[in-house]
Amino acid sequence: MSNLPATPAQLRIIDRDALFIGLATATYGISFGAIAVTAGFSIWQTQALSLLLFSGASQFAFVSVLAAGGSVSAAIATASLLGVRNGLYGMRIAQLIKPIAAQKFIYAQLTIDESTAMANRFDATSSTARRAFLATGISVFVFWNLATLAGALLAQAVTSPEVFGLDAAIGAGFFALVAPRLTSTKTKFVAAAAVAISLALTPWLAAGLPILLAATAAVIAASWSEK
Amino acid sequence: MSWAGVLAVSAIAYLTKLAGIAIPQHVLDKTYIAKLAVLLPTSLLAALTAVQVFAAETSLVLDARAAGLAAGVVAYKLRAPFIVIVITAAAVAALLRAVSGIN
Repeated sequence: MSNLPATPAQLRIIDRDALFIGLATATYGISFGAIAVTAGFSIWQTQALSLLLFSGASQFAFVSVLAAGGSVSAAIATASLLGVRNGLYGMRIAQLIKPIAAQKFIYAQLTIDESTAMANRFDATSSTARRAFLATGISVFVFWNLATLAGALLAQAVTSPEVFGLDAAIGAGFFALVAPRLTSTKTKFVAAAAVAISLALTPWLAAGLPILLAATAAVIAASWSEK
Repeated sequence: MSWAGVLAVSAIAYLTKLAGIAIPQHVLDKTYIAKLAVLLPTSLLAALTAVQVFAAETSLVLDARAAGLAAGVVAYKLRAPFIVIVITAAAVAALLRAVSGIN
């Protein structure tokens, strides 16, 4: 365990990495802003989702379920289940950084895929882990929100989403989010089962519910022992 | 669209993150939760992809969105960044709608 203070050179590298990660997420942010406004959310609502919900996949899911005619509760449930992993990240951040009581309330909002992955590269309780978490979390937060606004303003200029194929863009967006996760036989099986469950149930249930019920594939597969 | 929904989903997301940071570690069965945290997004994102592309209300349909997704998959295989994947899918679907009778 290295508890030594980080050198200025180390901190510069961490900050630079954080900046690039923030810039990279901006491309998702533009897509989200455009898609949410196209789906019927106001610019303020779209921006509120990026500021408050601040979890890309959950934001896309919330907007997509509502745009497809699903109920508000189905949209909330889908987005919230996608956010369960952030709770687990929080547990890791608590180990790595040991925030004091008041810090927890701010750190919680910055607990996302990118900030957790960056902090996780460093030793627990080191000052570098904290710096990596904060720099990445703040960088992504700033660029994600600026990009959301840019995408939302861009989409407002466009009138008919079907003509521009934005509905097809959402599907491809979800694919791009799930594809990097399909690294093991188990995750591929869960994805295939989820596709089958959701499509099989689509003719029988209200929009949004088939997606929620596809989560049973994960609930069951998570209880299987590793081979 | 619903402001109440926007605020509710945001509150739940925040409380989920806060719970992870604040709840004592020994309370949860960590191995099961850890596996679930990996598999849950996989299942939901796969289902969202399928329904977004092949469902119209409560019917299953094959239309320009499928061609858009196929183009997006090709872009992904070519290691295109996220925004290129999304724009490719949108452009292919829009082009198909413009030049053919496909919806």
